[in-house]
Amino acid sequence: MAKAHVYKRDHINTDEIIPARYLNTDNMAELAAHCMEDLDTNFVKKCKPGDCIVAGDDFGCGSSREHAVWALQGAKVGAVIANSFARIFYRNCINCGFYPIELEDAAGKINDGDEIEVDYKKGVITNITREIELTFKPLPDFAIEIINDGGLLEHIKKSSH
Amino acid sequence: MGMTITEKILAAAAGKSKVEPGDLIDAKIDCIMCHDVTTPAAISMLKEKGIDKVFDKEKIVVTPDHFQPAKDIKSAELHKRLDTWAREKEIRYYYPLGKAGVCHALLPEQGHIKPGEVIVGGDSHTCTYGAFAAFSTGIGSTDLAAAIATGTLWFRVPETIKFVLNGKLSKGVYSKDVILAVIAKIGTDGALYKAMEFVGPTLKEISMEARMTITNMAIEAGAKNGIIGFDEITKKYLDEHLKDKKAYKVYESDKNANYEQTIEIDCSKLEPIVALPHLPSGGQAISKCSGIKMDQAYIGSCTNGRIEDLRIAASIMRGKKVAIRTIIVPATPVIWKQAKDEGLFDIFYEADCVISAPTCGACLGGFMGILAAGEKCVSTTNRNFVGRMGSPKSEVYLASPATAAASAIEGKLVDCRKYL
Repeated sequence: MAKAHVYKRDHINTDEIIPARYLNTDNMAELAAHCMEDLDTNFVKKCKPGDCIVAGDDFGCGSSREHAVWALQGAKVGAVIANSFARIFYRNCINCGFYPIELEDAAGKINDGDEIEVDYKKGVITNITREIELTFKPLPDFAIEIINDGGLLEHIKKSSH
Repeated sequence: MGMTITEKILAAAAGKSKVEPGDLIDAKIDCIMCHDVTTPAAISMLKEKGIDKVFDKEKIVVTPDHFQPAKDIKSAELHKRLDTWAREKEIRYYYPLGKAGVCHALLPEQGHIKPGEVIVGGDSHTCTYGAFAAFSTGIGSTDLAAAIATGTLWFRVPETIKFVLNGKLSKGVYSKDVILAVIAKIGTDGALYKAMEFVGPTLKEISMEARMTITNMAIEAGAKNGIIGFDEITKKYLDEHLKDKKAYKVYESDKNANYEQTIEIDCSKLEPIVALPHLPSGGQAISKCSGIKMDQAYIGSCTNGRIEDLRIAASIMRGKKVAIRTIIVPATPVIWKQAKDEGLFDIFYEADCVISAPTCGACLGGFMGILAAGEKCVSTTNRNFVGRMGSPKSEVYLASPATAAASAIEGKLVDCRKYL
């Protein structure tokens, strides 16, 4: 069971997810310590393994820094659920084996602190607190293949054999 | 139904005669841009996965830029990893410190960008190169690793939005104002996943430098790529800059190509524009925001750190003194030398500006002009997100070099036209 951390904001950008002042490293643990820092200084403290971030439109806009995904993975975020995602961030998520979930009106259907459960295969989020089931469009097959293989490079290795 | 220039380039790179928006393709990559923030991670991934190879050492261009010269020990380590790899793999086009520059100014200047090519880079502003009738897009470290090793990447063919730029720019209005106006109109996700194709008479009167400012900021509207068709202005720039004179292929959008949307902008009506914090879409005409007090001005970056930008800033600062901290960052060593030789450095010096070595520096809050809490900076850069240039409590105001220079003189946002 995971808790939802809801940010009723559009355009949460990569500078907020991991500020550029920390880009002098690509160490996941170091990045994780500053995850979401410029949006919410308490995020790292309150995020438990598997918890999800819920937000509005265009999550992850801005820089191509994959560090944003690594910071979220390092902070043990289970998934990001948003109305929509910025393109490079979305692609980086898939390449890193991290699930971007597109759900219309995400922040309207999930409240901050709600207990939720995500079934990636079925494309269903159960909001346990509100006792509702929310369906989302699963990723395209090839993207699921990449995630299941553990990211793009593993996928390439596997397909070249 | 015909194809757009973006569709034609992607179709050719995928070995297909036709593609449509939504198609998933595997495209051959012609050029890969590598810098100091995203490439070291890609190198480590390749080593870790046991696919430590380079598909073509002639097609990779490497330059440290974000934190160069190294700003601290950790960034020095990134540079060391990049340097070791570039030398070990005998990357033909490696630009170490002394030759290194802000990547998106450096690659065209050094003749690495050709029309019709598919170019990727580990940086979101890689869309800049679309000014040369190429398909160019930013990618993260994993994609970069895959491209370096295989020379191929998957793409979803984007829908295209056509922007028709009409009218002559009035004095004091530049291509930066045009792109800030476009982003203000459609929003930071107005072109999400899409291609932004710029056409129209306004483009015929501006240089390649100015065109690059437009395509550079396509990502700020969420676009996959920004693109401008080939013409005499493109050809002239290429004739002067291409190192190897090998042929390139020119693609043009068909008359019956399919556009998701066409947006017309009357550029003759534009005023100088400033994007207010904290989104690049916060563009306001200067008449609506002049007077806001600034603490710093920053003139540089891949958006506006080219020689033409420095000339414009210098023409306004000649014989004046700045009222606030003002930092000038020529984007490449060639631009640095040009500015020095043309006497621009004397003008900046007399005006009490400081001149930096080529670097991305403070544009992304790295170093060389970081803001304290409560401070405001008028900047020729591309993003004004929270904390972008320093403290999360600082503010960035995006503007043209002319607006930044004029505002530096008065210590507040002002209309640059009174200085022209």
